[in-house]
Amino acid sequence: MTDLAFDLLDRLPRFDGFAKQTPYLKDPELKRSRKVCPSLEDAIRRSGLKDGMTISFHHAFREGDKTINTVVDLLARMGFKDLTLAPSSLLNCNAPLIEHIRDGVISRIYTSGMRGKLAEAISHGLMSHPVNIHSHGGRVKLIQDGELTIDVAFLGVSTADCFGNANGISGRSRCGSLGYAKVDARHAGTVILLAEEIVPFPNAPASLSQDEVDYVVKVEQIGDPSKISVGAARITTNPRELLIARLSAEVMVHSGYFEQGFSMQTGSGASATATTRFLEGYMRKRGITASFALGGITGGIVDLHRKGLIERVIDTQSFDGDAAESLRTSPNHIEISTNEYANAGSKGAYVDQMDLVILSALEIDVDFNVNVITGSDGVMRGASGGHSDVAAAANLSIVVAPLIRSRIPTVVRRCTTVVTPGECIGVLVTDHGIAVNPRRPEIAQRLKAAGLPVMTIEELQQRAESLTGEPRPIEFLDKVVGIVRYRDGSVIDIVRQVKG
Amino acid sequence: MKIVKEALAGTLESSDLLVKVSPGSGTGLEVVVSSEVMQQFGHQIDHVVRDTLARLGVTAGLVVVEDKGALDCAIRARVQTAVMRGAEAQTIDWSALS
Repeated sequence: MTDLAFDLLDRLPRFDGFAKQTPYLKDPELKRSRKVCPSLEDAIRRSGLKDGMTISFHHAFREGDKTINTVVDLLARMGFKDLTLAPSSLLNCNAPLIEHIRDGVISRIYTSGMRGKLAEAISHGLMSHPVNIHSHGGRVKLIQDGELTIDVAFLGVSTADCFGNANGISGRSRCGSLGYAKVDARHAGTVILLAEEIVPFPNAPASLSQDEVDYVVKVEQIGDPSKISVGAARITTNPRELLIARLSAEVMVHSGYFEQGFSMQTGSGASATATTRFLEGYMRKRGITASFALGGITGGIVDLHRKGLIERVIDTQSFDGDAAESLRTSPNHIEISTNEYANAGSKGAYVDQMDLVILSALEIDVDFNVNVITGSDGVMRGASGGHSDVAAAANLSIVVAPLIRSRIPTVVRRCTTVVTPGECIGVLVTDHGIAVNPRRPEIAQRLKAAGLPVMTIEELQQRAESLTGEPRPIEFLDKVVGIVRYRDGSVIDIVRQVKG
Repeated sequence: MKIVKEALAGTLESSDLLVKVSPGSGTGLEVVVSSEVMQQFGHQIDHVVRDTLARLGVTAGLVVVEDKGALDCAIRARVQTAVMRGAEAQTIDWSALS
C-alpha cells in the first residue's frame, strides 16, 4: 500500500460490531420502542434541555391550544430558567405565560403575534428583552439564517406511531395541516412529539416523519379543535362586512388577473370569508376556475374546491374543521410547510405564484403601509402572520377593512406600527370606497372603467377623521418592547412600551 | 332642565354608550366619563357631553358615561335622551336638541 492509503486508513474508524452506533438493534423490543417516553418529564430529561436554550411549538390549535401552557408549566416546575420561547405564534389562551416570564422561566420570545392579557403585559414592559415579531415565512428565514436555533421542539399531534410518523388529520383532536410543525421538525435539535393517540406503525400520512423525531410521548389532550375558528369562519350577516366583501370580489374580478387558472388567497376575517362566497357567482358567470388557493384555509375555500371551482388547495394552516376534513379526504388538498408557503429564503415559495390576495388591516396609512400588530392604543393585539409574505409576492394585494371600527379610524395618516410596507399593497377596499396605490395606475384605470367607487386614500383618511374626530397621539415610553422583523430578517419597525 | 330622578339611556354594545343621570348629592354638575378609546378621544367625549348638557340647560346632577367607542352624534343623542327621561320632560324643546 502507498503512504497515502496508510494515512487514510489511520483516520477511518475500525469496524467494531454491527451495533456500535445502533445498540438498540440488539434488543428486539427496544429497537421499536426506544422513542416512546413514559412521561413528558422523562422526554424533557432525555432531550438534554438546559437553562438558556430555545424551545418551540406550533399554534395550529390557535385559541384551543393545550400544549404550550402545559409544557411551559412543567418546565417551570422542573426548575428551568432563562429559556427562549419560539412558538409559531401566541394567542389569548397563552395568558398563563405571564407568570413564567415574571419568574424568569422565559426570558426571550420570538413569535408571529400575541393577543389578550399576555400582549397587554408585554406592551406594558413585562420583559427586559424585546419580543421579536416575525412573519410566517420570516420565521423560517430566521431559523435558516441561524439567528433562531431551536434546541427542543414540542409538537402536539393528534396521532403518531411509536417511531414518530405523525399527522393532524386522524385521531380525536384534529387541527388539520401541520405546516408550522414541519419546519420545527426539520430544524430543531431535538423533536418531542406530544401525541394524543399512539397508533400502530406505520402511521400515514406522515406529515412529520420518523427520521426527524426523537421522542414520542402520549398526552391527554393537545388542543381543542372547536376553538381553532372562534368567530373566524362564521357566515356574516353584517351589512357593512357584506358590502366590503362584495366590493372586494368586484375588485378581484376587474383587476385584470381574474382569468382561467388564476390563484388566490383570502384570510379568515368575516369580509374575506364572505368575499369567497361572492366570488363563486362571478366565476360561474365567466366560466373560469382557479388553479389553486393558498394559505390559511377556511371552509369557504373548501366549499369552492368541492364545487370544482378551485382545483387545488394548498394548506399551511387549517382555519376550521371543514378545512381539516378536506385535507383528510381530498387528494387535491395539499399540506405544505411554512417554508414552502412563504419563506423568502426558500428555493420556491407558493406565494411567489400568487395572483390575488385579500388581506386585513388594523390600520393602513396614506402611503398604504399596513399595521396588523398594534391597536390604536399602542398595545399589541394581532399577528404579522403571512401578511408581509404574500403582499410582497402576489401580483395584486387587496387590503379589506372597515373605514372606522367603533370610533377608531382604520385609514390613518401614519400607522402606529408598520408590518407590511405600502409598496406591496395595490388596493384598499373599505365600506366608504376603494383606493388604489398610485404605483398601480393600470389597476385604478380598470376599476374605474368597471364603475367601482375609486377615490384617493387621502380622501378616505379625511372621511374617517371627519366621522371620528382627530385622535390624540398615543404616549409611549422609550423602552422597546417589540422588534418587527420584515420577512427577510431586517427590522422594519419597533414597538415601544405604552405609557400608563 | 333639572334632573329630578335617576334615568338611563343607551347600551353597552360596541359603538354605543350608556348614559346614567341622577340628581346627585351636591349642587353642581359632575360628569364622569369612562371609555374604551379614552386615550385618543377622552377629551372629545367629555367636551361633547358637557356641551350637550349646557344646551339642555342642565347645571346640576351626576352624569356617568360608559362609552364603547360611539361617534359624537350617538353621544349627543344618548345624553339628550337620558336627561329628558331624568327630568321627566313632557314637552320637548326641539331647538335645544339640534
